[in-house]
Amino acid sequence: MPLLQIKNLKVKVKVQEKEILKGVNLKIRPGEIHALMGPNGSGKSTLASVIAGHPQYSITSGSISFDGKRLKKMLPNKRAELGIFLSFQYPVEVAGLSIEHFLRTAYNTTHPQQQLSALDFNKRFKEKLKLLRMPPEFSERSLNEGFSGGEKKKSEILQMAILEPSLAILDETDSGLDIDALKIVAKGINRLANPHLGILIITHYIRILKYIKPDFVHIMIDGKIIKSGTKQLASTIEKKGYDWLIKKK
Amino acid sequence: MSDAAKLKQYRNDAKLAKERPDNVKYLHNSGKGLSERVVKEISYMKNEPDWMLQIRLRAYQTFLKKPTPRWGGDLSGIDYNDLYYYMKPTDKVANDWKDVPKEIRNTYNKLGIPQAEQKYLTGVMAQYESEAVYHSLEEKMEKIGVIFTDMDTALKKYPDLVKKYFSTVVPAGDNKFSALNTAVWSGGSFVYIPEGVRVDFPLQAYFRINAEKAGQFERTLIIAEPGSFVHYVEGCTAPQYASASLHCAVVEILVKPSARVRYTTVQNWSKNVYNLVTKRTFVYEEGTMEWVDGNLGSKLTMKYPSVFLLGRKAKGDILSVAFAGKGQHQDAGGKAIHGAPETSSTIISKSVSRDGGRTTYRGMVKVPKGIHDVKSNVVCDALILDEHSRSDTYPIMDIRESRVNIGHEASVGKVGEEQLFYLMSRGLSESEAMSMIVSGFIEPIAKELPVEYAVELNRLIQLSMEGSVG
Repeated sequence: MPLLQIKNLKVKVKVQEKEILKGVNLKIRPGEIHALMGPNGSGKSTLASVIAGHPQYSITSGSISFDGKRLKKMLPNKRAELGIFLSFQYPVEVAGLSIEHFLRTAYNTTHPQQQLSALDFNKRFKEKLKLLRMPPEFSERSLNEGFSGGEKKKSEILQMAILEPSLAILDETDSGLDIDALKIVAKGINRLANPHLGILIITHYIRILKYIKPDFVHIMIDGKIIKSGTKQLASTIEKKGYDWLIKKK
Repeated sequence: MSDAAKLKQYRNDAKLAKERPDNVKYLHNSGKGLSERVVKEISYMKNEPDWMLQIRLRAYQTFLKKPTPRWGGDLSGIDYNDLYYYMKPTDKVANDWKDVPKEIRNTYNKLGIPQAEQKYLTGVMAQYESEAVYHSLEEKMEKIGVIFTDMDTALKKYPDLVKKYFSTVVPAGDNKFSALNTAVWSGGSFVYIPEGVRVDFPLQAYFRINAEKAGQFERTLIIAEPGSFVHYVEGCTAPQYASASLHCAVVEILVKPSARVRYTTVQNWSKNVYNLVTKRTFVYEEGTMEWVDGNLGSKLTMKYPSVFLLGRKAKGDILSVAFAGKGQHQDAGGKAIHGAPETSSTIISKSVSRDGGRTTYRGMVKVPKGIHDVKSNVVCDALILDEHSRSDTYPIMDIRESRVNIGHEASVGKVGEEQLFYLMSRGLSESEAMSMIVSGFIEPIAKELPVEYAVELNRLIQLSMEGSVG
């Protein structure tokens, strides 16, 4: 059974009439790494938000299912409990909220069978910090408050490492990272990759795909996936851009 | 002689003296209403010296003359003739656990407060802590010369000290409610810290035994002699049931040179109460006053703890946090009056309104001409949780001197869809996400509270986000 199955998904922004996704089909199996590429405004981030359950969008037709369960009417937290994780393009700041306290609550909610005490969680937290070469003092900071762009992206991957999802959607995790930070983050993601985890990488650039090898590459233009292929497709895009695909259409 | 017999005798005497005009109601155990006679009876029942009676009577006249303030919350619901002004302690408490409203009992159960403590909080029991705990504290205090007692006892045992300072920081005529309190006050705390003494444990009104239950017209006076330190804690986070609908208190504090006083309040009156409190400190040279003020309960609170910085390098900090839910208006803030050079003040206010609640920040910083090298920083942040709720800010900065350093920031935020979605996408329910955002927002003030208060405050926020606290 595929982990994520999206069939002919059409989505619009609530209160507006504008359709953003115009019939998306996508299937991700456990252990697969998919890359979703496409020009600005093609609907990639919308797709990520819709999978995670953002209330701003409404599905007008089609379906999303995860592990055989229909997601359409499920709240974002219930999706997280099933194992869906979204690494945000623009992580939100929450002043005064300790990142460690927040993550422990999130972990214990999404792992009701393996709840951790504050002490045990702290151990786990420190291990994951090490994995991403982040300083131990990080645990004392407030969630994303005053983080640099790079710290925010690292913090997202840290959350992924701790929550151990079965589907990770990485929405432009590479943008805003310098080359060293990108290497660390990519290495972290590779360490987390396992036969049960499906990954969807959303990116403008092929750069990150040099470190994380996708099994499939999809090109989204104007709310539709118009071409799918293997990692060679990404190299073609790098050389030729998207224009040739748009013209062909 | 019993109180009843005493009162009867007094009335007979008064009748003989033809003191009682016929249009004035009697004061008796279940009597309501306010008059000069009631004021006299209160003083008589307490066996007070004549000078205190005269202060009360003058204050009563002031109360009559002062108009009801119209600049703040809606006070039109107060009916002075429908209130009790003096009750024996036994009359104040709910006599039976069953008389305590169900919503309050439910909240206690959810907070996991033991029933003995619940009974104390609702007044069913006069005290909840064991006497042993209190006595060891009492011995400790006696040894270092600290006086910590209720105001009525202080007036009997230390009349000179009380006479010297009473009503000097907050004059009766300051406002209508300080006048009312001065006329009819009962209970409250008296604290005296001798020169150079640092009290290393917080004094909690909670532990004060034989004191009257937190009354309607408490009067508190704290005197910190030079170089001393004390932390006084008032109130509790658990909802406090009050059968009376007006709580009108006055707190006066003197911080002598190089002394430091911290006064922490967490108020959670039941939602029928008008909470109108005047709190003020005089701070002398190099002294420090810290107000930490939390307002959770009441129907309307109007409270602006003040610091009058009267000596060079005196310092005043005011931290205020307020929550307003359905049917509540929290009108709070702080005042810093700089009366000497090189003084500094900080006012930090955080307010949260939800479910139709209303918060108001009202603050004042005053620096007269010639008072130089003053520093003051005011930060007021409001968080509004839904579109039915409201927040307003009225900061007054009256600065007449140019050699000063004044900062002011204000923000009003709404909990956005993006914040909620972000936290929910990690597995938190909407109410968990909301309570984390709120806890984070007030964190700068929560961390200044005694730890057990901070913990309980967070539990209360969680409960109220689940919509399960009445």
